[in-house]
Amino acid sequence: MTSQQVKKLPVRVYEEWCKGCNICVAFCPTQTLELSSHGKAIVAHPDKCTYCGLCERLCPDLAITVRPRPTKNEASTVDSKEADDGKK
Amino acid sequence: MSDQAVTVSYLRSKKKYPSVWCPGCSLGTIMGALLRAVDKLEIPRDDIVFASGIGCTGRMPVYTDFNTFHGTHGRALAFATGIKMAKPRLKVILAMGDGDSTAIGGNHFIHTCRRNLDLTAIVVNNNIYGMTGGQFSPTTPLNHFASTAPHGSIDPPFDICNLAQGTEATYVARTTSYHVRPMQKIIADAIAHKGFSVVEIMSHCYTTYGRRNGFKDPVEMMKQEKENAVTLKSYEKKKAEDASYELEPGQFLTGVFVNDKNRPEYSRVYADLSARLREEQ
Repeated sequence: MTSQQVKKLPVRVYEEWCKGCNICVAFCPTQTLELSSHGKAIVAHPDKCTYCGLCERLCPDLAITVRPRPTKNEASTVDSKEADDGKK
Repeated sequence: MSDQAVTVSYLRSKKKYPSVWCPGCSLGTIMGALLRAVDKLEIPRDDIVFASGIGCTGRMPVYTDFNTFHGTHGRALAFATGIKMAKPRLKVILAMGDGDSTAIGGNHFIHTCRRNLDLTAIVVNNNIYGMTGGQFSPTTPLNHFASTAPHGSIDPPFDICNLAQGTEATYVARTTSYHVRPMQKIIADAIAHKGFSVVEIMSHCYTTYGRRNGFKDPVEMMKQEKENAVTLKSYEKKKAEDASYELEPGQFLTGVFVNDKNRPEYSRVYADLSARLREEQ
C-alpha cells in the first residue's frame, strides 16, 4: 500500500507499538480490523469503518488512531480491493 | 489533532514506548483514558503530580509526562499526602494496584479516606499480584487459582468500593477497563472532585491470573468484564421492581456510589487552622 493510500484509511495502526493482542479486532463492531500474518492489526475492510473510535480507546498500546469522521463532500475511504492488494 | 495524538503527546518519550506491559494488558487502556480525561479538563501538565507504588500499575507514571513519583510498595498514598499538604495547589493523582492499595497500603488507604484530602486514587483491580508472579491478593475471588493458591483461594475477597464507602471517602466509583467512555468520564469527575476520590477499575491480568483460571486470551477476560458489569441504575430499577433481586455470583455494580460535596477538604481545614493560630499569636 502506498503512503497516499495509508493516509486515506479511516484507521491507522502504528505497527511498531502494536503487540497483536487482538482486542481491537475482537471488539470492532463492524469487523474492520484483522490480524495480519505477522500478528499485527491491519485495516482489512476500510469501507466498513463507522469511525466510532472504540478501537482507539481500547488499544492498550495507544497504537491506533481513528481519523475524524469525514464530511459528505470528502472522499472518505479507499475501497476494499485496493487495501487487499496492499496487504499482499 | 486526532485523539490518539493527544495521548501520545502526554507520553514522556517515544523511546520508552511500547510499554513493558504484556499484550492485552488493561493498564495501557486505563492510562489512555486518564490522559484523555486530563486533556479534557485542560489542567496544565506541570500542575499534576502522578504518583504510584510498586507493581505493574506503578509503571504508569514512568511513561507519562507529568510531575511523577514512583514510591515504595503500598506507600503511594502516604507520599501523595505529603506532596498535597506541602503544595495544595497541585492536583495529585495516584495509580495503585489492588494489592498495593488494600494489602500493603491498606492502612494508608482507610486513613486517607477518613481525612478527605483532595487526592484522586485510581485503584486498578486485577484480582492478583501480577508483577511478582501471580500470588493471590486481597481481591482474588473465592475458589479462584493463583500461584500461592493452587487449590483455590479460601480468603473472602475485599470489595474496595464498600471499603471506601465504609471509611467515608467522598467520591467512590467503579468501572471496568472495557467501558472506556464511562471510565474516562468517571476519572475526569474524580479529578475535578474536591476531596478524596476512589475510582476502582475492574481490569484483567491474563498472564498470571487468566491462564490459571480458564481464560483463553485477554479478549475473553474483557468480554467477561462486559457481561458481569451491572450499572447501579439498572440494579436499582430491577430492585424496585422485584425486592428479591440480587446480583449473580461474579457480577458487580458499576457507577458512582458516593459523590459528597459537603464534607470539608483536609488541606483547606489545615490551612484554616494555621491561619487561625497565626491570628491568635
